[in-house]
Amino acid sequence: MLKIENLHVKLEEEDKQILKGIDLHVPYGEVHAIMGPNGSGKSTLSYVLSGRDGYEVTEGSAQLEGEDLLDLEPEERAAAGLFLAFQYPVEIPGVGNMTFLRTAVNAQRKARGEEELSAGDFLKAVRAKAKTLKIDSEMLKRPVNVGFSGGEKKRNEILQMAMLEPKMCILDETDSGLDVDAMKLVSEGVNALRGPDRGFLVITHYQRLLDHIKPDVVHIMANGRIVKSGGPELALEVETNGYGDIIGEVA
Amino acid sequence: MVSEAKKKATEDRLSALTLPQGNGWLDAARKDALGRLRAVGLPAKRDEYWRFTDPSALVATAPAVEGAQAAADPFAELDPFVITVDGDAITVPDGAPEGLEIDTLRAASAVDIHWVRDVYGTHEAAGSRPVLRPLAMLNTAYATDGLLLRVKGAVARPVAIRYTPGTDPILHHVVKLEPGASLVLLESGTSGDRSNHVLEADLADDASFHHLRIQGPDDLRHVNTHVFAGLSARSVLKSFTLSANGALTRNEAVIEMTGDDGSATVAGAAFGRGAFHHDDTVFVTHDALNCESRQVFKKVLRDGATGVFQGKILVKEGAQKTDGYQISQSLLLDDDSVFLAKPELEIYADDVACSHGSTTGAIDETALFYLRSRGVSKRDATDMLVLSFLAEALDEIEDEALREHVTARLAGWLAEH
Ligand SMILES: Nc1ncnc2c1ncn2[C@@H]1O[C@H](COP(=O)(O)OP(=O)(O)O)[C@@H](O)[C@H]1O
Ligand SMILES: [Mg+2]
Repeated sequence: MLKIENLHVKLEEEDKQILKGIDLHVPYGEVHAIMGPNGSGKSTLSYVLSGRDGYEVTEGSAQLEGEDLLDLEPEERAAAGLFLAFQYPVEIPGVGNMTFLRTAVNAQRKARGEEELSAGDFLKAVRAKAKTLKIDSEMLKRPVNVGFSGGEKKRNEILQMAMLEPKMCILDETDSGLDVDAMKLVSEGVNALRGPDRGFLVITHYQRLLDHIKPDVVHIMANGRIVKSGGPELALEVETNGYGDIIGEVA
Repeated sequence: MVSEAKKKATEDRLSALTLPQGNGWLDAARKDALGRLRAVGLPAKRDEYWRFTDPSALVATAPAVEGAQAAADPFAELDPFVITVDGDAITVPDGAPEGLEIDTLRAASAVDIHWVRDVYGTHEAAGSRPVLRPLAMLNTAYATDGLLLRVKGAVARPVAIRYTPGTDPILHHVVKLEPGASLVLLESGTSGDRSNHVLEADLADDASFHHLRIQGPDDLRHVNTHVFAGLSARSVLKSFTLSANGALTRNEAVIEMTGDDGSATVAGAAFGRGAFHHDDTVFVTHDALNCESRQVFKKVLRDGATGVFQGKILVKEGAQKTDGYQISQSLLLDDDSVFLAKPELEIYADDVACSHGSTTGAIDETALFYLRSRGVSKRDATDMLVLSFLAEALDEIEDEALREHVTARLAGWLAEH
């Protein structure tokens, strides 16, 4: 599904190398977790995959279902099936959450040559999905993420993901700032989307989230590289011993 | 002292016009305005308040371009009482809403006694001190027609003035609201390749006047408007203008708050590209106790467009408990566009709260990426952020139905680009 090979990325404006040769393969139906200390390049990887400006790929490639991602505009990557749940979802005053969602859903459908959802069908789908995420109609009406609590913003990301039905979902620290209940809601939202045709890349600091969203593979990232990969037990090891041992082992 | 060049430009312009004939009282008002105009001359580029906007196209003997276009009526769905103005030919249908008396300047000029006699030109003349408004003086002198609305009660149905293009029209409307009366007035369409409009609004105690205007979306018009409003005790004025495209727009608002506890809002949202030059010049005078005023202006500029805001709050001696607010903001979609702002506060009372601010910014790249990462095209995402930027000005339209209506029009026009 997602295949990253030897990916090297530097900042466009500065001579600073951030990703130093990432190799990562997420097959259909699998959930991969990326853990690693702050500043190791996890968010950068998610941004480069989704097409944010400001980064320059100096080497390597990234493909989604065999299609080269790196040449595409961000909206084309979205239409191809990539989704990033932001670590810091953006507030957009003056644009209704519902309007935004509907524009996004229909833009992707149009780009894929599918018919746009009718207002009625869209509303029905949103209401049902919002309900399971405990997002009330008030939140749907408000401007995108404006005045939302940290947890509400993250749940709103998952709502967008559920509506857009992407093939490859990247979640960047979706668990940060969540209390136990919100964490459960978010995890249930993610688990409901798990399936043989979909891949997940879950970036997290904590084992906690991985109790709810069971990963198939765990990767440890440090200083722009994946330094170790393994099964779910690797996350437990991090939880008890921290990153020091693992990173030390490699270095 | 009026310079020879200015004198000549003024006389050239006046020689191309004919002073309309009428009854004594209106003649007197016209000649008074003409005298005031000759004493100061028409505006020139170096005059204060014209440094950012070259007035020559508004002053020239004839319009510089032709091609003003009629546009679909943006207010049709609201089912207002529509008065059509074709150039300067006004058609008032029968069945005026209850509480409203409608007349025209042309008809009033034929009668000896008319209520408008005490209003016509008075707010304009007062509003020309201390800042000169020569184009409004010209208007008072030469207006061929205008609507005269006398509001005697709460008028339930909005009244719409609908313009279609004619030849270089000079129109002068007067709205007189009696104590406790209220009116919603809508204006839309383009009245000519070039046009000079004055609206004088006289608000008695407890009156409420909501004025909502849409200019555009045609590209070529040269527009010069003045709103003069006098507010008595506890009266409420809300004036909002959406300007879409156009070559040159100069909208002046001159608000005098002479009764205690009044409230005045003047707001606008404008967007345009290329040769678009849009100027809001606002002067709010607080001359009473406990009045509130708001100026909220937002402009979206692209492809070398120019935006101008000149806004002043004058708080006279004794106007205690004044609450004055002013904000002007521009969103520049490229490096070629410019926004020029001249915010001014002049305060002679000590117990007041006044604030003003002006900002110029570019599109928020993070927000743009966020929208695009959800599959929204760059163009649509930009339009969404433009709407998001303008929303704060649109929020000044108090009536929710009207606000949503105007927002929908705006969204439609943005999408057409
Ligand atoms: N746009 C940027 N400008 C400057 N430094 C950046 C930028 N993006 C990332 N970095 C730097 O790159 C490194 C990796 O950051 P990031 O990808 O956010 O790490 P993580 O998500 O693992 O905490 C950090 O040192 C960070 O400061
Ligand atoms: Mg991060």
